[in-house]
Amino acid sequence: MALLEVRDLTVQFQRKGEPSFTAVDQVSFDVEPGQTVGLVGESGCGKSVTSLAIMGLLPKRGAKVSGTVDFEGTDLLRLSDKQLRDKRGRDLGMVFQDPLSSLNPVIPIGVQVTEVLERHRGLSRKTAMVEAAELLEKVGIPDPTRRLTEYPHQLSGGMRQRALIAIALACRPRLLIADEPTTALDVTIQAQILTLLKGLVKDLGTALVMITHDLGVVAGLCDEVNVLYGGRVVEKAQRHELFAQPRHPYTHGLLASIPRLDAPRGERLNPIRGSVADNIPWDNGCAFAPRCPNALDICRERTPVQEDLGGGRLLRCHNPVQPEVPQEVSA
Amino acid sequence: MAIGSAKKERIDSLAESTADDSGVSLAASAWKRLRRSPVFLFGSFIIVAFVIIAIISPWIAPHDPSARDLADQVIKARNEIPKPQPGYPLGGDLQGRDFLSRLLVGAQQTLLVGVFATLIGLVGGLALGTLAGAFGGWVDSLVMRFVDVMLSIPQLLLAFGIGALFAKPNLFTVILAVSIVQIPVFARLLRGSMLAQRESDHVLAATSLGVKHGAIVFRHMLPNSLGPVIVQSTLVLATSIIDAAALSFLGLGNPDDRIPEWGQMLGGAQTVIDTHPQLAFWPAGCIIAIALGFTLVGESLRDALDPKNRR
Repeated sequence: MALLEVRDLTVQFQRKGEPSFTAVDQVSFDVEPGQTVGLVGESGCGKSVTSLAIMGLLPKRGAKVSGTVDFEGTDLLRLSDKQLRDKRGRDLGMVFQDPLSSLNPVIPIGVQVTEVLERHRGLSRKTAMVEAAELLEKVGIPDPTRRLTEYPHQLSGGMRQRALIAIALACRPRLLIADEPTTALDVTIQAQILTLLKGLVKDLGTALVMITHDLGVVAGLCDEVNVLYGGRVVEKAQRHELFAQPRHPYTHGLLASIPRLDAPRGERLNPIRGSVADNIPWDNGCAFAPRCPNALDICRERTPVQEDLGGGRLLRCHNPVQPEVPQEVSA
Repeated sequence: MAIGSAKKERIDSLAESTADDSGVSLAASAWKRLRRSPVFLFGSFIIVAFVIIAIISPWIAPHDPSARDLADQVIKARNEIPKPQPGYPLGGDLQGRDFLSRLLVGAQQTLLVGVFATLIGLVGGLALGTLAGAFGGWVDSLVMRFVDVMLSIPQLLLAFGIGALFAKPNLFTVILAVSIVQIPVFARLLRGSMLAQRESDHVLAATSLGVKHGAIVFRHMLPNSLGPVIVQSTLVLATSIIDAAALSFLGLGNPDDRIPEWGQMLGGAQTVIDTHPQLAFWPAGCIIAIALGFTLVGESLRDALDPKNRR
């Protein structure tokens, strides 16, 4: 049985006097222990809302969450506040995008690491401090005892993100959700953080849900990838298959829009035209149709249903990109 | 056990490093910045000077501030008061009491009123603001409507109203009247910055770690919301001194004027301000100076405590 089973997760935001807005629409995916699953898409496609919904961090007023989020057999959406608080930090960890604003600026790093150890493992401040130092060492922060007494503003961006990861992994949660953990960092630090995450997840056997818009991150880290558009999963595939043969025109567009170092100079980049519409019309048509190069008449008339292509591959498209015939036939 | 002893050593070194704040704690780094700030130094110089005067005034005052030494020089009909003369460098007041002595000893009452009114207002405001900011929802609505009602009445008028409730006004009723007026200001300010903290990333991050509600409020929200409140309290120190002076002037203050207070002295000078402006000038100047001192210290404190400014 999977560690995390998300089924038909739907999040609607309701404002008085306005039609409700569906940010996440019947999203389903599984995460096995030790597996890394990616949620990919551009800004506004519902990836962050999905992660907040799993953690139960959406505001109670205004956000309507339905579906089920089974974590080790219990539905997180049905837990009481108290039960959920006990699980957060202990069984479920989360790493956020901006490491500076995610740390409390007025208390030392050490207190922020020990806080979660004291809360969930009932350690005393002293023993928690020792563990905290070990944790910082594990995430590659040099001179951890000194760093524990320092404040977030005294650390560099990469150090801060390492500290956040240390805090999130302090109680060895079985599931870690990383919401664009490298977006606020520069490229060299990104690579370090990704390597670190990869190593830790492997050592601790933690399952990882990686939320990103960066296909490079996906290529480096994820086992399975869910591509989201307009709040729905439009394509799901194993990493290799997704990169080798993207079937959904959106996925294809995402891959084609990555600048390549080996492309001839002067070649234009290939962006996907347009941007995500505010309220995504999945009724009577495909939400991606207005931007889709492959769009047919049917795409604007009937909502595509999710098809199972076998091998764990799912696709929601009327006119998918045809798999390229391999140019070199392998022996 | 090699590993065990290494661990113990580590605990000890950690205990030491957390015990003394030689690392860079918030207070230590704020102090470091303040020491180099000329604004802070000037402001605190003024405050310290007045506090010292208030403490030692009974000994340095040349005369008893309530003794009418020069009463024979007061001629009501010709509107004459004692002029400066040997032993009485600032002359006397309308009752023939030594003006310099009254000015010096007056610092005591004025500072007492200011400090206690601010403290009571601060405690009340912190309690209400934390309540509203921490719980939100209907608790927030209830507290804030109450605060709005209080704020809708002009501050000074509300202070007069509260002051007038007491049949026998004294120093304590003045402090109470002035402080109650400040409660809604503090409450609203704190609630506002607490709400901003509620939405902040680090509170979301703390929530995602399962940190309990109380710890989130008192460890993550409250300390980050105190900056504006600290600045406000120094400004309130200044305004409560002025408010207390206004109460005294309208006869809602301490009726016993044997113990001098600057506000009272200023009020008493109103009737003779065109002929003897010095009677108003000196206490007014003192009130302005002490208010300036508190304001300067408040501004530099805010800069020093703002974590975004820290290096």
